[in-house]
Amino acid sequence: MTIIGRFQIDYTRFLDPRGEATQPLPDFALDPEKLIPLYRAMVLTRTFDTKAIALQRTGKLGTFASALGQEAIGVGVAAAMGAEDVLVPSYRDHAAQLMRGVTMAESLLYWGGDERGSDFAGPRDDFPICVPIATQVCHAAGAAYAFQLRQEARVAVCFLGDGGTSKGDFYEALNFGAVWKAPLVVVVNNNQWAISVPRSMQSAAQTLAQKAIAAGIEGCQVDGNDIVAVHHAARQAIEKARSGGGPSLIEALSYRLGDHTTADDASRYRDPEVVQEHWTFEPVVRLRNYLVQLNAWDPQREEQLVRECNEAVNAAVETYLATPPPTPGAMFDHLYRTLPAALHEQRDMALRLAPQQGGGHG
Amino acid sequence: MAELNLIEAINHALAHELARDPAVVLLGEDIGINGGVFRATAGLQQRFGAARIVDTPLAETAIAGTAIGMAAMGLKPVAEIQFSGFIYPTFDHVINHASRLRHRTRGRLSCPLVLRSPCGAGIHAPEHHSESPEALFAHVPGLRVVIPSSPSRAYGLLLAAIRDPDPVIFLEPTRLYRLFKQEVADDGEALPLDVCFTLRSGSDVTLVSWGAMVHETQTAADTLAQQGIMAEVIDVATLKPLDMGTILESVGRTGRCVIVHEAARTGGFGAEIAANLAEEGLYTLLAPVQRVTGYDTVVPLARLEYQYLPSVERIVAAVHKTLEGA
Repeated sequence: MTIIGRFQIDYTRFLDPRGEATQPLPDFALDPEKLIPLYRAMVLTRTFDTKAIALQRTGKLGTFASALGQEAIGVGVAAAMGAEDVLVPSYRDHAAQLMRGVTMAESLLYWGGDERGSDFAGPRDDFPICVPIATQVCHAAGAAYAFQLRQEARVAVCFLGDGGTSKGDFYEALNFGAVWKAPLVVVVNNNQWAISVPRSMQSAAQTLAQKAIAAGIEGCQVDGNDIVAVHHAARQAIEKARSGGGPSLIEALSYRLGDHTTADDASRYRDPEVVQEHWTFEPVVRLRNYLVQLNAWDPQREEQLVRECNEAVNAAVETYLATPPPTPGAMFDHLYRTLPAALHEQRDMALRLAPQQGGGHG
Repeated sequence: MAELNLIEAINHALAHELARDPAVVLLGEDIGINGGVFRATAGLQQRFGAARIVDTPLAETAIAGTAIGMAAMGLKPVAEIQFSGFIYPTFDHVINHASRLRHRTRGRLSCPLVLRSPCGAGIHAPEHHSESPEALFAHVPGLRVVIPSSPSRAYGLLLAAIRDPDPVIFLEPTRLYRLFKQEVADDGEALPLDVCFTLRSGSDVTLVSWGAMVHETQTAADTLAQQGIMAEVIDVATLKPLDMGTILESVGRTGRCVIVHEAARTGGFGAEIAANLAEEGLYTLLAPVQRVTGYDTVVPLARLEYQYLPSVERIVAAVHKTLEGA
């Protein structure tokens, strides 16, 4: 017998749950000026998340998918992207989207049932939230191919969940991207749950990162609640993709501290005590503890940040609630670049039958 | 002007657009050095390079899915699905994404792709190679669905499909690929994607068809002419969006309509045309609308496929039925 291949999957953590370094840190993690913006983004994401759930509970927002406990993944990855790169998100990625310049008002509009929430004023080439599981990985591979063909130094960065790695789309996209050596980075937010199905029932594979091996690309596992590890891995993968090194897969281990969405009640299928235990590992306190150790953070700054985040979120909520619903003609707008004549009569009917405007939200 | 069969006309149209627009890329299985299993892309990789004529791994879902990503980022992908029965894995991407990316983003992103696929029975192909899925796609908002019935229309409609800013499902009847040749000027002139083509004028009955069945329909019109029955023949060509005006105008003159398609009857696109005629043209009708279609069966393997395909005789008989008592 001859061994013709050997594979290994590395796991990386820099900060332990108490925020203490477990090994020499990368340079950026020694500089509070680089870390504080990441901390602010995580706190803003959590503030937004909390508010969005409250809006849903009071009938002012539709179903919302919380990112509670997974903020370090979106923030850490998006912070490693260039403005010219393209984000291809799933539906739990507002941490990354906000970093990219999607506004909170846009996000609320989307979850509030208004397509205009996906017409981002900021990152014009970023994809909208993708709901059909893992399909977005194919789109990201195609986007990466477009960048490669035009010889643009841009990277497509795609998110999916642990459940999504069971889909053929995920494997097919990794395979296409790898064959093309396309500038693609795929990030698995392994939050341990696909609605009610735990990670152990999702795959018999020891890691999800090892799914990269069959595609012939690098895969690694990081502590997804350690933003230093996430950001470090994302920087390496994005730089590699940008310089022609092809795709990478990052499995970020985290835990879904909230329900799947506001339409879900996770207490039906998992022990609240276990969830409580996972609060020990959550990412926001971890980074704060580390910043405190660096003497770069204190209760006064924390208080000010919380106030600023609340003000920003409240302003976004006001903008959202003050946005009147679109007219029924919007159903026909942008269906095609030019509405075919065959649809004019239906549009006219929708406009004619429309109730008088002025209802608004809630 | 060259005499081309339908597959050569497709090849010429692809080459024309590849030369004209650097954003056009082709992707699919075996489309490179092999030139595609039907030779639609013969010689194109040699001429335009492997970066623009992309031999993909064997996965239809990702062919459609990556084409969407390419299209959203400014390319004009023309994806080939190798055989008609292999188009079904693309539904998720076509329906959930390609057809609605523009709508979902309020026009910020769009999806100007063409999904080419052979379609139809009649060439003694293996299982799952003889499908007629046009009605499945025509049901989806945001798509265009096009089926050519001659080399010249294949050329002009494919140019239009590639230039269209929205996703187009372009179904090519394999039975016609090499059935006959026609003068086709490789002049880059596109045909409109929103009109039916009236192939033959007549005053007694309107025959409406598309794809390969246009030929049996025209033969039936010849037979009927010998019987003194003048049939108008309309090639729908673009099923979605449907140019119902041309059909209504014709039926308004003839008072009779027979719709001919190869796909199964129930929920077939003929039902859509018949319903429109009932809604908007009922009082011009002198007889009930007739449909001549494939049976509501699985399209059979080679030994029975010509028993499945609507025959000239069935079309003629349906016309006679509309003339009963006239």
